[in-house]
Amino acid sequence: MTTHKRRLRLSTVVDHAILIAGSLLMIVPVLMLVQMTSMPDLINMKTGPSLSIGDQWVPNFEKAMFQADGFSGINTGTRMLMNSFILGIGFAFGKIFVGMLAAYAIVYFRMRYASLAFWIIFTTLLLPLEVRILPSYEVVQRLGMLNTYQGLIIPLIASATATFFFRQYFRSIPEELVEAARIDGAGPVRFFFDILIPLSRTMIAAMFIIMFVYGWNQYLWPTMVTTEEGMFTLVRGIKQITQMLEGNQIPEYGRANMLALIAILPPVMIVIFFQSWFVKGLTESDK
Amino acid sequence: MSHVTLTALRKVYPNGFEAVKPASYTITPGEFVVLVGPSGCGKSTMLRMIAGLEDISDGTLEIAGRVVNTLDPADRDIAMVFQNYALYPHMTVRKNIGYGLQNRKIPKDVIAAKVAEASALLNLDDYLDRKPSQLSGGQRQRVAMGRAIVRDPALFLFDEPLSNLDAKLRNQMRIEIKALQRRLGVTSIYVTHDQVEAMTMADRIIVMNAGRIEQIGTPAEIYHTPATTFVASFMGAPPMNLLDGQIAGGAARVGDHTVMTDAPAAPGPVTVGIRPEDIVADPNGPLTLDIAIVEELGAHRLLHGTLAGQQLSVHVGKDSPATTGPFRAALKPGAVSLFDAGTGERL
Repeated sequence: MTTHKRRLRLSTVVDHAILIAGSLLMIVPVLMLVQMTSMPDLINMKTGPSLSIGDQWVPNFEKAMFQADGFSGINTGTRMLMNSFILGIGFAFGKIFVGMLAAYAIVYFRMRYASLAFWIIFTTLLLPLEVRILPSYEVVQRLGMLNTYQGLIIPLIASATATFFFRQYFRSIPEELVEAARIDGAGPVRFFFDILIPLSRTMIAAMFIIMFVYGWNQYLWPTMVTTEEGMFTLVRGIKQITQMLEGNQIPEYGRANMLALIAILPPVMIVIFFQSWFVKGLTESDK
Repeated sequence: MSHVTLTALRKVYPNGFEAVKPASYTITPGEFVVLVGPSGCGKSTMLRMIAGLEDISDGTLEIAGRVVNTLDPADRDIAMVFQNYALYPHMTVRKNIGYGLQNRKIPKDVIAAKVAEASALLNLDDYLDRKPSQLSGGQRQRVAMGRAIVRDPALFLFDEPLSNLDAKLRNQMRIEIKALQRRLGVTSIYVTHDQVEAMTMADRIIVMNAGRIEQIGTPAEIYHTPATTFVASFMGAPPMNLLDGQIAGGAARVGDHTVMTDAPAAPGPVTVGIRPEDIVADPNGPLTLDIAIVEELGAHRLLHGTLAGQQLSVHVGKDSPATTGPFRAALKPGAVSLFDAGTGERL
C-alpha cells in the first residue's frame, strides 16, 4: 500500500474551523444544561454554570419526573411528558392524515376549482396559529375545548405545510402508475391504500419527524388553552417552575434544567433514529 | 377472441387541438396491429382512447362486440403494457402480476395458479419474490407482460414497450413479444415510432401522421405500395427516394432520365418514388448517377449521390462494386411509385 501524504490546505482548515465553531455554538448550551443539572440549586444560584460536576443528577431527575407543583399535585414530569407526547404524536398524525387526503383530492381528482382550492389552502401558510391566535382561542373556547387534547391539537393542525409537501410528492409519482392501477381495477380507495400510502412511506416518516418536533416544541398555544395543571406540556411546564421566584425560595434550577434536558431528548432521539428515513423522504425520487 | 371496431373515433382537446382525426378501422380476432408514426402523430392518444385512459370525443369504440366508449378501463377487458413498465415499486413481482386479479376478488389459490402459469411462460420463476428495482430492464418488461397476460384479456395494448431497452435487448424482446402473442392468440394493438418494430412485428400496420391515418395495410403493402409520400419516406431505412419529376408523353422523367415508360398519370409535375434497393448497378443501364459517399455496412453498402441534381440513395449488395463518381444503373421492374406532386397521394 502506498501512503498518500495529504497536504493540509488552508481552505480545508478554514472550513473545519467554521464547522467546529458552529457545532460548539450548538452544543455548549446543552453541555451547560447537563452540568447545571448535576449541581445543588444554591450553587447554581451563586455561581451559575461552572466546570465542576456535582452529584445531584439522581435527586434532580426524581424531582423533575415525579414532583408536582400547584394545588392539584398532578402535573408531575411524567404527566407533562405524556401530554407532550400526545400533543406531538396527535399533531403529527392529524397533520399527515389531513394533508394526505387533501393532497390526494387536489392531485388525482378532476375537481372544478381544484387549483383555487389549493391556493386557498396554501395561503394558510401565511397565517400560522400565532397570527390568528385570538379568533382561534375564541372558537376553541366556544366549542368548550379549553383544557382538552382536541383543543390543544386541532387548531394547530389547520395549516397547509403537510398538504403542500404531499401535493408536490404525489405529483412526482409517474402518471403511468396511476393508469396501470386503473386498468388493474383499483378504485380510488384501493389506489390510496395499496399504492399511494406504501409509495409515500418515506415521505410520511419525514413528515412525521418534522411535525412531531414542531408539535412537541409548541409553547404559546398550549400556554393559552391549558390552564388546568393536568394538561400542561413539558415546554410549558418548565416555565412554571422557574417562575416561582417569589418569597425567599431558591428557584429550582436543577429541576427545571433537568426537565429542559428531558424535553430535548425525544425530538433528538427521533431525529437520530429516523435520520435516514428523513433524508430519503425529502430527497429520494426512486418511485 | 375478439374484434375491435373503431367508427369515426376522434379526439379533440378542450383547447381545440384535434389530436386524432376521425378514424375508422376493424381489427380481426388474433390480429397484431401496429400503430406507427412520428411523435405527436396521435398514435398514443388513439391507444389511450381504446384503453379508456382518455375520453373519446366522438365516434364509437367496440371491443368484442360491446360498445365501451364510457366504460372504465378496468371494465373494458383490456390489459396494457407501458413504456416505462409502470410496475408498482413497493410490490414483489408476484404481487405486481397478481394485483389486477386480486382487485377482481378472485380467490387466492386461483390467483396463485395463474401467476405461476404466467411466470413460467415468461421465465420469471426465479424472480417472483424480488422487487422491480432488483430487476433488469428486460425482466421488468417481462413482468409488465405478465401483468397483462395473467388477466386473460380480450385485447392487449402496448405503448412503446421497448423504447427504454438497449438495441440488442430490444431485438430479443421484439421476437419474444411476437412469439407470445402468436401463442396466446390475443388481439393486440402496439404503438411505436420505430418503423423496424412495425415492419417486423405487425400483421397489419396503421401509419399515422398529424392525427390522420395515412395508410392501413400489411407490412409488404405499406412497404411496396405506400399510399402517400409521407408513408414512403417514413417506412424503410433508408427511406424511399422521392424525386421531383415530370410526366410527358406518357413517360415519367427525372431530369433527362426516363424512369417509367407507361406512366398512368396526366402530364405535369409528379413525385417519383424509388426504393434504394430497387436501383441496381448495370453498365448499360439508362440512368447515370453521381455517387458522392459510400457507406460500408458489411452485408451491403449504401451509396449516396445525385440523379439529375437531386439527392438519392442506392442500396447495393456487398459484391457490387462501389466507388464514388459516375454510376450506371437500371431500375427493377415495377420499382417506380408515382405520387401527386401537390397532395403527395399515390397515383
